[in-house]
Amino acid sequence: MKTKHIDTPSILYLNGVSVSFDGFKALNSLSLFLEPGELRAIIGPNGAGKTTMMDVITGKTRPDEGEVVFNRDLDLTRYDEAAISNLGIGRKFQKPTVIESLTVFENLELAMAGGRGVFQSLWHALTASQSERIREVLELVDLTERRDVLAGSLSHGQKQWLEIGMLLIQDPEVLLIDEPAAGMTDVETEKTAELFKRLAKKHTLVVVEHDMEFIRALNCKVTVLHEGRVLAEGSLEQVQSNQEVIDVYLGR
Amino acid sequence: MPKRQPLIFKLVSDRSSRIFLSVLAVVTVLVPLCNLVFPEGSALHVSTYTVTLLGKYLCYALLALAVDLIWGYCGILSLGHGAFFALGGYAMGMYLMRQIGERGVYGHPVLPDFMVFLNWQELPWFWYGFDSFPFAMLMVILVPGILAFLFGWLAFRSRVTGVYLSIITQALTYALMLAFFRNDMGFGGNNGLTDFKDILGYSVQADSTRAVLFIMSAVALALGYLICQAIVKSKLGRVLVGVRDAESRTRFLGYRVEHYKLFVFTVSAVLAGIAGALYVPQVGIINPGEFSPINSIEIIIWVAVGGRGTLYGAVVGAVLVNYGKTYFTGAFPELWLFLLGGLFVVTTLYLPKGVVGLFDRWKKQTDTGAGSPPPPDPADESQARPTKAGAA
Amino acid sequence: MILQTRRILQMVFCLLLVCAVQPAKVLANESLETIVSGIERANFRDKAQRVEQLAALDDERVLPLLKAFLGGDLYVRKSDKILFFLEGSKAEDPITNLFTGASATVENKRLYKKVSVNNAVRKKLRAVIAELQLRSPDYDIRAVAVREMMKASDPLNRPQLLAAMERETDSGIREDLEIAIALIDAQDATDSDRQIAAITRLSGVLYPEVRVVLAGLLEGTTAETIRRGTVEAAARDAMAEIDDLIALNKVVENVYFGISLGSVLLLAAVGLAITFGVMGVINMAHGEMIMLGAYTTFVIQQAFPELIDVSIFIAIPSAFLVSGLVGIAIERGVIRHLYGRPLETLLATFGISLVLQQAVRSIFSPLNQSVSTPSWMSGSLEINGVLSLTYSRLYIIIFSLLVLLALTLLLKKTLFGLQMRAVTQNRRMANSMGIRTGWVDALTFGLGSGIAGIAGVALSQLTNVGPNLGQSYIIDSFLVVVFGGVGNLMGTFLGAMSLGIFNKFLEPFAGAVLAKIAVLVFIILFIQKYPRGMFALKGRSAED
Repeated sequence: MKTKHIDTPSILYLNGVSVSFDGFKALNSLSLFLEPGELRAIIGPNGAGKTTMMDVITGKTRPDEGEVVFNRDLDLTRYDEAAISNLGIGRKFQKPTVIESLTVFENLELAMAGGRGVFQSLWHALTASQSERIREVLELVDLTERRDVLAGSLSHGQKQWLEIGMLLIQDPEVLLIDEPAAGMTDVETEKTAELFKRLAKKHTLVVVEHDMEFIRALNCKVTVLHEGRVLAEGSLEQVQSNQEVIDVYLGR
Repeated sequence: MPKRQPLIFKLVSDRSSRIFLSVLAVVTVLVPLCNLVFPEGSALHVSTYTVTLLGKYLCYALLALAVDLIWGYCGILSLGHGAFFALGGYAMGMYLMRQIGERGVYGHPVLPDFMVFLNWQELPWFWYGFDSFPFAMLMVILVPGILAFLFGWLAFRSRVTGVYLSIITQALTYALMLAFFRNDMGFGGNNGLTDFKDILGYSVQADSTRAVLFIMSAVALALGYLICQAIVKSKLGRVLVGVRDAESRTRFLGYRVEHYKLFVFTVSAVLAGIAGALYVPQVGIINPGEFSPINSIEIIIWVAVGGRGTLYGAVVGAVLVNYGKTYFTGAFPELWLFLLGGLFVVTTLYLPKGVVGLFDRWKKQTDTGAGSPPPPDPADESQARPTKAGAA
Repeated sequence: MILQTRRILQMVFCLLLVCAVQPAKVLANESLETIVSGIERANFRDKAQRVEQLAALDDERVLPLLKAFLGGDLYVRKSDKILFFLEGSKAEDPITNLFTGASATVENKRLYKKVSVNNAVRKKLRAVIAELQLRSPDYDIRAVAVREMMKASDPLNRPQLLAAMERETDSGIREDLEIAIALIDAQDATDSDRQIAAITRLSGVLYPEVRVVLAGLLEGTTAETIRRGTVEAAARDAMAEIDDLIALNKVVENVYFGISLGSVLLLAAVGLAITFGVMGVINMAHGEMIMLGAYTTFVIQQAFPELIDVSIFIAIPSAFLVSGLVGIAIERGVIRHLYGRPLETLLATFGISLVLQQAVRSIFSPLNQSVSTPSWMSGSLEINGVLSLTYSRLYIIIFSLLVLLALTLLLKKTLFGLQMRAVTQNRRMANSMGIRTGWVDALTFGLGSGIAGIAGVALSQLTNVGPNLGQSYIIDSFLVVVFGGVGNLMGTFLGAMSLGIFNKFLEPFAGAVLAKIAVLVFIILFIQKYPRGMFALKGRSAED
């Protein structure tokens, strides 16, 4: 299986990644292969290792063994969070995390691709094109009217949107998105799915989600994680009819 | 940078900055003027004691500003900032000691009295150069700056945060206190450095010198304010807020949080050092007690009382609390620690945004025309500050 | 313990022996009174003879009499010729009737005449006293006598020592006798084989006089010897061995000091390990809880001045209650509103610590109060010539371990401990299972504070009790908890012990203050490397 993938171009490739916390194996020789421009949904019961997998990709957690290869030759295990983010991997947390005491506009300004150095920030001034870009994203995530409101006062769904907006304006190659539909209305969920499908052409998206309707709407390849490894992979219909997956979800 | 000019305007664009700087400017002109021009006994005379006291408050205000920059904006609660203040003070004290020359009790041309007393034969290497004012001033900046840089580099790189950072900063100042208490360290041990004679050839006791030191403190405070304002108003300031509110979010946005923390921590330490250097010639002594952990915690309460996260709030808090301290330790010494202790509790429980926050809330209420009852007194006090301080 | 039983057996044995000997002595037909009558007028040779006669008596009054004689404190009352032991020469000084043993005070010294003594008599006296002591049925007297002869190291005592060796049944005293003889032989250059054997015997013996004698041999202050080189070599070997042993004992002593400092740190920190480690509350008033415990001890001693020896047992529960209740009050009044905001908790509790300090200052005084130590805590346990362990430290070590043990049991084995762990791990779940989380919080905080109070009782025995007592321990306590790893009692224990020992080992090289600074710097650097301490919890739950 693995060798077959090596020849095709990969954007992100996890090979035999294991992580354990005090004896508990959060990831157990997990392997995952993502093609450029792919949209991938990850599902799995609680404790399956979904968040830990994202932690490993984004450099928050160092794996005990295994490799994480980005863009064919970059070993991500050697970089920290900031470096990995700047390499082009963006992440949205499970719990929406925006900077609450800054306005919606300022949140987007911070996320905007550009210099991340201390002194660059000190002398930074927005150019017209950057302001324009922020305006576009505000429009896209439907927060134009709230641009000068403190992010802390947004509703849960709006915070989700703002975080997605921050991810977009960062313009990463790979987007890791943890439970985007939580707290959204049906209409918003639908809209989010549409947005992701549109983004998938230009970016690679990894979406962790519990909401099966949402996953159905994404209409993409699904990976089922269980106990830190891949249990099944394929279309939603395929994995839903997989006996092992049914066992895991319904309990034996 | 084409936008340089607007940046400076931007620093004073908000009303509170303009009010703060204007009040400071008026105080800076009036206090020394009233001290030097009007004779003693005149109703408008301000005593030299008051000038020195106010000068001390200004130094504390600068120190509070430094702490607010890291705590209020970046969430770094340093319980050891007194150490940087004291180091700046010691650097200045060493210059002042060298200026004593042969006028010491033992009349040694080079060695300060305490070294003669300890039977030392020659000046320790780290005292070299402190006879030069520019060198000493450089040290005022470099010593706290480098210490903060090294300490911060170690701490932030390994992601020591929250209370852990607070505890090790406290350990830092505690260790320094123990070290400076030792005679062998060569900084005067217990007694510290004192008996200063003159600074740049002017007697430290003279009214005019005191007035100049007062003005220098005010100028330093204003500059410090502008520097902090420049930092917090820039995108850098917004990154700091990001670090404070959601550290890992900021990290995942690609910002090297440790670099940002290190930058403000060092800037803050340098400001604290400058405050210490201005403080020492005005109070006439620097001793290891300045390193004691309780001093550092007191700074925190100034900022908390004033209102963290607003620069002028820190200044207001420093002046208010220290005025209270001066008044109560004089009038009711038994009461002071009860009050200070109570202040810690009340502020954290009921005034998370300090006096300034209270004032803002009151203003908002009156602006909306709710016709609400008058605000609690702390806000009144903040308004009454200049007159009260002047009466001290 | 074993020593004591052996001693009792010894005494019983000796008593039996004495009983057996008794009839023979009666035959001598001479009493103490008859021998000493007219001693004040006798010449020195006569006196020496009488001393010898006295020694042959089996009368317990002989030894004090001879000792008084040797010390020049033997007087005879002019009126009735009764002998007295006169201590000092002023009126009101005590005086002891050597015939009856009754004590009184001197009314008028003129009524007494001193019994004179010269060097020859003194020499005789010394030998006789030593002999008598070596024969004494009392283990303690014999042991002291041998030690004194070691110190004197007088060649004239050699025959007596050899004779005593023959009789002696206690192996400890036999060993000391051997050493005493070896000490004499080691300085006797006339028989170099015996000298070398003696030196070899002395090798590794830790009595200070042994080292003095060997050092003397090496410095050549003793007489020339025929095989000087060999003797010197033997002395050097023996000396080296002694020095090694001394160094080893020094290490043991340092470890002991370190453990005792560690126990103090442990006591101070273990309460914090609960409030900080388990609840995540930064209690800056923790030091003041310790202080309150110490003041409770003081108050109880003031209330029951006649019960110093036992008042500490009243103080321990009282201090626990006082500090615990204050802790509960703090938790309910302030900390409850600040959960999840550690930095704010830190500031508020610091404010409380200021208030408590000032309260104590106002109620008692700003000065230190003196707390007395029970008599059973003073003194020390002698292990050998260079190593002795002070009881107070020993008790503190035991006490701190007991506290740690009790606490571990409380957390692991009781319902309260279970509820406490449940609340810290999942507050909402615990709440919905019917645990009154608020109550558990308050009790947990009270427990941590109460233990700090107990620590205060222990510390009151070691340091000054003053309003600043707590301040000096708060930073150390925090460092111990952080160093050991938060939320881990075992970590706190190991953290306290290793910091204590580390500190004590640095002290000889660096001095107390520098050692302390070094420890602080070490911890600062350690936390950089291991931000979560020695025994960190790993995983997502630990990262927040």
